Amino acid sequence: MRHLLSTADLTRDEAVGILDLAEDMADVATRAVPKLPTLRGRTVANLFFEDSTRTRLSFEAAAKRLSADVITFSAKGSSVSKGESLKDTAQTIAAMGVDAVVLRHSASGAAQVLAESDWIDAAVVNAGDGTHQHPTQGLLDAYTLRKTLHADASRGRDLDGVRVAIVGDVLHSRVARSNVWLLTTLGAHVTLVGPRTLLPMGVGAWPVDVTTDLDAAIAARPDAVMMLRVQQERMHAAFFPHEREYASGWSLDDDRFARLAADTIVMHPGPMNRGLEISARAADSPRSVILDQVTNGVSIRMAVLYLVLSGSDPREAAA
Amino acid sequence: MPARTVLQRADIARALTRISHEILESNRGGSDLILLGIPTRGVVLAERIAANLEAFEPGSGVVGALDVTMYRDDLHRHPTRTPSPTRLPAGGVDGKTVVLVDDVLFSGRTIRAALDAIGDLGRPRAVRLAVLVDRGHRELPIRADFVGKNLPTAAAERIFVRLEETDGDDAVSIEGIA
Repeated sequence: MRHLLSTADLTRDEAVGILDLAEDMADVATRAVPKLPTLRGRTVANLFFEDSTRTRLSFEAAAKRLSADVITFSAKGSSVSKGESLKDTAQTIAAMGVDAVVLRHSASGAAQVLAESDWIDAAVVNAGDGTHQHPTQGLLDAYTLRKTLHADASRGRDLDGVRVAIVGDVLHSRVARSNVWLLTTLGAHVTLVGPRTLLPMGVGAWPVDVTTDLDAAIAARPDAVMMLRVQQERMHAAFFPHEREYASGWSLDDDRFARLAADTIVMHPGPMNRGLEISARAADSPRSVILDQVTNGVSIRMAVLYLVLSGSDPREAAA
Repeated sequence: MPARTVLQRADIARALTRISHEILESNRGGSDLILLGIPTRGVVLAERIAANLEAFEPGSGVVGALDVTMYRDDLHRHPTRTPSPTRLPAGGVDGKTVVLVDDVLFSGRTIRAALDAIGDLGRPRAVRLAVLVDRGHRELPIRADFVGKNLPTAAAERIFVRLEETDGDDAVSIEGIA
């Protein structure tokens, strides 16, 4: 695998392969020395043009468990605030010699631009670009679903017949987009739920069901409900009149949580707005796998870094 | 040059039976013994040896699988390898005698990777090596403790090990590069 830009590029076999590899990586964490020498001598640059805690830390932990060197760049306190462009930053990083770039950027398509440019020849892993894609989040969600449903027998399996409701601010959510393509590729059935104003234009062409009625979606007893964060920082218009009105229609509050089927799991990509899209009781309940998602994220990112950084260098092979 | 069969099914079975006896003899019984096969065919061989040990001395056939992909020194020279799962017996390797099992011993680099991998899993009392075929051409100071068959080869020749469980039949053949 040269780059990881979008979950829409993955075939079912590739996706299952990544999830299986992540299972091996998860086993590493349980050993006497929870570290592998695989990427010794390779350098991973985390370029974060947009705020992030868990994704950046997760990629950093993943790279370090594979013995790669990590250099981290975050836009705050960097020359980006002096007006430096993605191109200049990428070329600067390239001049220092890196093998992979993990890129988070507020512009949709930034990772694709970097991968196709001649600014840098490192592998590019998309860690979130605008409202477009966040492929490692989609993969860790698929991994968490598979692991929760099949436990130790999960290796090699897809998500055929699994039903997932993705709820809330779909419009601004790259997590939702990554999940829609990946989960349907793996055979799951996805229902998107949200207020009309927060469902994207053209959603009718996606391979999903769409509804505005969360209560009906809960009554349909999905295997998982994935609550999305209300992304107020991306909302430059009035998408709903008041937070209370949003919560009354689309929050997983205590009342709706009580109506969930007994084996429905609760997911959230974090960070959570407690009381807005999810209640504390739902978030902290035993059926919540939100912290498992964080743990699994490290395993998924180890698998992805291994896949883009191991194997013969295509530049050497061409030479 | 066509492939020449050097070990038939019965030869392989006899070699594995002898190796099983040698393992028990050198370990003075079957206690604190773990067989770790190196995927893919080493795991199959380890399971066969474990079945022998179990027959000779019940309770001694403890077996697992040790994937060494992530410890290889040639990851940049080949297309991306897909690792196999590592399965450790309950109780781990600490204080045990670990017998690594592989099909062919050649450069020794796989075994070097396996020794590194074991070091990250714990601290065994001793590590031994059992192989079905030793074909020579070592590139590291490594030797096998238990050998099914020593096969002198030219470096350019290739050895093919076929096993019932993975390939449908049991045979070891050698193929020259014409």
